[in-house]
Amino acid sequence: MDTPIISVPGGIEGALDRTRPQGKKGTYLEAIHSWIVTVDHKKIGILYICFGLIFLLVAGVEALEIRIQLLVPHSTFLTPASYNRIFTMHGTTMVFLVGMPILFGFGNYLIPLMIGARDMAFPRLNAFSFWISAFAGLLLYYSFIGGLGLAGTGTAPDVGWFAYAPLTERAFSPGHTIDYWAVALIANGIGSIGTSINILATIFCMRCKGMTLLRMPLLPWLYATVAFLVLVAVSPLTAAQAMLMIDRYLGGHFFDTQAGGSAILWAHFFWIFGHPEVYILVLPAFAFANEIIPVFSRKAIFGYPAMVAASVGIGFISLGVWAHHMFTIGMTSVGNAFFTLSTMIVSIPTGIKTFNWLATIWGGKLRFQTPMLFSVAFLFQWLIAGLTGIMLSVSAWNWQLHNSYFVVAHFHYVLVGAIVFMIFAAIYYWYPKMTGRMLDERLGKWHFWLMVIGFHLTFDLMHIPGLMGMPRQIYTYEPDRGWTLLNQLISVGGFIQAVAVLIFVYNLVHSYFRGAVAGPDPWDAWTLEWSTQSPPPAYNFAVDPVVASRRPLWDLKHPDDTDSAFE
Amino acid sequence: MNLFQTDVHPTNVSSASPTHAAPNPHITHWIKEKLKSRVHIWQLVSAAVTAASVPAWAAADPSTSVFSTASTPAREVHELSLFVLTVTGAIFVAVSGLLLYALVRYRSRSTDTAEPPQVFGSVQIELAWTIIPILIIVVLFLGTARVLFSIQDAPKPPSAVDVTVVGHQFWWEFRYPKYNIVTANELHVPLSTKAAPRPTFMKLTSADVIHSFWVPQLAGKTDLLPNRVNEMWIDPEKLGLYVGQCAQFCGVQHAKMLLRVYVDTPEQFDRWVAGQQKVQAEFGSPALAALPAAVNQQSARSAVPNLPPSMQTQAGSSLPPLSDAITAHSGQLVFEQQACINCHAVAGTVANGRYGPDLTHLMSRATLAAGATTNTPDNLKAWINDPNGIKPGSLMPAMHLTDRQNAQITAYLLTLK
Amino acid sequence: MSIVPLEHVAGEAEWRMPSRGVVGMASLITAEATIFTIFVVAYLYYIGRDVSGPTPKQVLELPIFNTVCLLSSSFFIWLAEHAIERGKMKAFTLWWSITFLLGAIFLWGTGAEWYQLIVHDHLTVSTNLFGTTFYSLVGLHASHVIIGLLMMLVVLIFSLTKHLRPQHAERVKVLALYWHFVDAVWVVVFTVVYVVGR
Ligand code: HEA
Ligand code: HEA
Ligand code: HEC
Ligand code: CUA
Ligand SMILES: [Cu+2]
Repeated sequence: MDTPIISVPGGIEGALDRTRPQGKKGTYLEAIHSWIVTVDHKKIGILYICFGLIFLLVAGVEALEIRIQLLVPHSTFLTPASYNRIFTMHGTTMVFLVGMPILFGFGNYLIPLMIGARDMAFPRLNAFSFWISAFAGLLLYYSFIGGLGLAGTGTAPDVGWFAYAPLTERAFSPGHTIDYWAVALIANGIGSIGTSINILATIFCMRCKGMTLLRMPLLPWLYATVAFLVLVAVSPLTAAQAMLMIDRYLGGHFFDTQAGGSAILWAHFFWIFGHPEVYILVLPAFAFANEIIPVFSRKAIFGYPAMVAASVGIGFISLGVWAHHMFTIGMTSVGNAFFTLSTMIVSIPTGIKTFNWLATIWGGKLRFQTPMLFSVAFLFQWLIAGLTGIMLSVSAWNWQLHNSYFVVAHFHYVLVGAIVFMIFAAIYYWYPKMTGRMLDERLGKWHFWLMVIGFHLTFDLMHIPGLMGMPRQIYTYEPDRGWTLLNQLISVGGFIQAVAVLIFVYNLVHSYFRGAVAGPDPWDAWTLEWSTQSPPPAYNFAVDPVVASRRPLWDLKHPDDTDSAFE
Repeated sequence: MNLFQTDVHPTNVSSASPTHAAPNPHITHWIKEKLKSRVHIWQLVSAAVTAASVPAWAAADPSTSVFSTASTPAREVHELSLFVLTVTGAIFVAVSGLLLYALVRYRSRSTDTAEPPQVFGSVQIELAWTIIPILIIVVLFLGTARVLFSIQDAPKPPSAVDVTVVGHQFWWEFRYPKYNIVTANELHVPLSTKAAPRPTFMKLTSADVIHSFWVPQLAGKTDLLPNRVNEMWIDPEKLGLYVGQCAQFCGVQHAKMLLRVYVDTPEQFDRWVAGQQKVQAEFGSPALAALPAAVNQQSARSAVPNLPPSMQTQAGSSLPPLSDAITAHSGQLVFEQQACINCHAVAGTVANGRYGPDLTHLMSRATLAAGATTNTPDNLKAWINDPNGIKPGSLMPAMHLTDRQNAQITAYLLTLK
Repeated sequence: MSIVPLEHVAGEAEWRMPSRGVVGMASLITAEATIFTIFVVAYLYYIGRDVSGPTPKQVLELPIFNTVCLLSSSFFIWLAEHAIERGKMKAFTLWWSITFLLGAIFLWGTGAEWYQLIVHDHLTVSTNLFGTTFYSLVGLHASHVIIGLLMMLVVLIFSLTKHLRPQHAERVKVLALYWHFVDAVWVVVFTVVYVVGR
């Protein structure tokens, strides 16, 4: 595709590097070496994303094992102990080794490009953060091989992803299951904190000329919020894990109820991390929506300042709602009421965001290419997920719903229906930038529709066994409870999702070699990353760009109707 | 014995001897008479078990739906949930309706390449969709708070029945402090009507890790935590059997930590209480009665489930040979010479372990091992032979008994009505 | 292709961003402060909940001298910062060494306190809740002092070998920021452990 020569107000046309990449790249060994020692934010970003996608497959296979086990009551596909390990690893992997890496990957890749910088603030810290996270993933999975080996699913952790004490204490969990879990998560946490420091320093110190904070695209704003949340939310987890290790290895008593310790303290510490964590995961998904929906609606984002305020507001409010995961643990009625209220308040800024997306679409000219399809599905699914969240926050009702499949349905609705869907959208949207090739649109539509069908079959139905009293984290259930048929349909949905994911993986690989050449700006978009080549050269921009508005490329393409004229 | 002591490890508990009545000579004699004919006993017992496990209320539908409620806390939550569903349903219809409309109305036509007018925001509209949600939230919150306080801070009437629930990996212990009853896995509570309110107030605690008490038709769940006492109450207004299960992951067999609550008429309940208060007879000979102390000491360690089974049977093998007859009598002797009594209590006998369920009235229960299986003689025997075959991961070890010993113990346990 | 000239772009010729080092360190401090908060909360929560002794009242002494050393080191490091900014490298080395020395004294004092507690009072991490929370919190702080001292030692070596130049002032400042944080945490730890907890 031949691209028009574009220039940006203030003059960045020189930023374009028009030299074609050289043909020969060297041996495979050299290529691998270059990826291992790289400190380039784009390569690290892609490493993060690939790492996350591989673990998506692994944890997805674990999800399928869960679904096979639950096909019939009293199934013996997995032993009880294996089942417990599988769902713990599924949850832990999906949150820490899929969600976080993919989102950090996009952050790494996009933030410098979007703010017109040449790299992250601390490139070596960046590489270190990635590799320690990767190490954490390998360590966690080594637990399958360690101990008794693969036969008994080794010594993989088996206490659920929130690992309530005192079940994790030596007295109840001898062996090394918990140690793998805690050490891997501490390592992973250090990586996350490192990346967040980097993201904040990049956003606050590396913006190109003219890019004031209020001219940043929304994505860096959301990532700044995410990075802040990581600093104040992942640290408590790290601290709590350290306490757990002190208990397990030095004979401490932090969570030792026999010595006067408290079981609730762990729950508090975990959810002080755990709740902000879910917003750490969802805010990048919002960020993708903020970039994709306007481009495919052909309209500027509606209410930019409100979007910024709402995002930052969500970040702050989410620090004060953690105990909505603990309504049944025995808080006072005033405590329960407080956390009900604070939780419900989150729906105000999230509502603002939802309505602003709606208003962005309103009056636009919608193009339903794959990234937009996933974003539209995201909007519906996010709405439903949020509303079931509101139901859960009704503390009295939560006494019934807590730890039932209703909760599992709620959080998969967000984690899959919102986050995974937006990750797919983001991959379809930025893959051309990263590889220089378009993903196949026809395969993309197959992927999308199968995913939508599979998702809804699985997770819409999953609410019902929850309301019918089916608790989560059970390896089997009684035949007389009337949960069987529903579980079977849910499992079928899981397999449909698997087919969709396989098509997606095929598309990723196939298009890398065969996809249409993308050119710098295939979507006719407006932010800086589309002004440079696809894939961008190592230095991103030949000349540091200078911007005068939120949509520099819009200004460039519409000199008679520039955004900058309104600011 | 302090009900709220959290330290229920077998090593500590087996030394704490609860007060149990000396065996009543009359009852002993009567049982001895009855035991003369083994065949009859078996028939009698199985008939009794069948009768006990299929009582009138067994016909009731053991639903676990949160929408089929039979007790005030559950019903109030049910009503609240309908209200919340209505509000959120309305929000869903409104927002998704607008969204659908926009998607259809504003889809682009391929012929049209001009950009649409750019709109950057509108303070009025944005204010509107900030304020309306605030109002909705106020309503939702007030609705919640009303139910929340009315359930959680309800005063306890003097007529209330008190129950202490202790969670164990992976079974339930129920104590009725006022009636001096200890039982397991199947809770009996009286009917509570408007005219004669007799709610049951439960204090919940745990002997090991966190569990959660959940019988959806009666009330929401409340966690059982070690080193802490939580409270909840129910006032079932319909007779019948209500089922539920542990709702907080507590280890390997969290899935089979099932719960059964029987709601009895006041008369049934009183009869049940009277039945549970009876102690069992000790028909061991005086010579043997002295032995258990030694057994106790020797095998106290074997109560720790991780100990190799060889150590656990040694205690039994060093004792004088027993009668080969498969009778409840010999069964009791075997039971008391094995490590069983380190973990299990049978009121009225030397068995006073607290690590496992109280077996005093085992036969009054319809299920075994927290609902893992039905309480039939065959299942009982299979359970004693290999608990992990029925409930893998259960903390009761296989005792490596001979078939005969097993049959003897089963015969004995079948008499514990 | 046209370039749209805009006045305010020209007006932004002077485009300055904050220092990466300072923002990075501020972020790190935020994360660290949260970790300390969690340990402090655990400490406060467990005060007086022990089922066995010894209690803080029985065994803890007020580490006044230590505290004075550590807090005054903040002042000296501030002097050092000033010195390097003005290019006075001799003065810098002096103030820096004093800071380092004061930090080292503090660390030694903590070591002595622990020796006393372990050997004479038989209080270890596993003794009771007090032991667990005390050693964890104070130990966490001490580990930060150690890290700070190591980094200061590196700078000290550079400055003694004349490899340190005034243009490194910003990095020194970032390090000093960390040291101020370690001092500030001590004020909290001191209050919690020796004042409230006793
Ligand atoms: C990314 C993940 C994510 C996100 C974004 C959310 C968002 C929300 N969650 Fe969810 N949640 C999880 C992931 C997530 N959750 C996970 C993983 C768990 C389980 C953890 C575990 O136990 O393993 C969980 C569990 C969980 C619980 C505890 C359940 C239990 O275990 O008992 C609760 C209770 O309050 C809750 C509530 C909410 C609420 C109120 C929101 C809100 O943010 C939703 C707000 C959005 C809307 C409301 C929709 C849009 C708004 C409007 C259209 C405006 C108008 C609306 C109103 C006025 C109501 N969640
Ligand atoms: C981002 C987070 C995320 C995602 C994406 C998912 C995705 C899915 N989850 Fe997961 N889940 C969690 C986070 C997530 N989950 C968490 C946090 C828990 C709680 C754990 C706990 O309680 O401790 C949980 C628990 C959980 C349970 C409850 C287990 C229990 O409580 O007993 C179930 C049950 O159905 C389930 C199912 C699924 C399914 C069917 C999917 C599907 O969407 C998955 C679809 C993807 C695939 C199917 C991949 C297909 C891949 C292939 C086919 C590749 C094969 C090829 C090669 C190997 C090359 N999940
Ligand atoms: C190490 C302790 C221990 C020993 C020894 C032990 N048990 Fe158990 N027993 C348990 C535990 C724990 C349970 C509860 C298991 C569960 O439900 O998960 C149990 C359950 C039972 C039950 C079912 C009770 C019910 O209410 O459903 C029976 C019957 C029983 N044991 C009999 C025996 C007999 C007979 C012996 C000796 C041969 C014995 N036990 C030895 C710990 C022990
Ligand atoms: Cu007990 Cu789960
Ligand atoms: Cu939450």
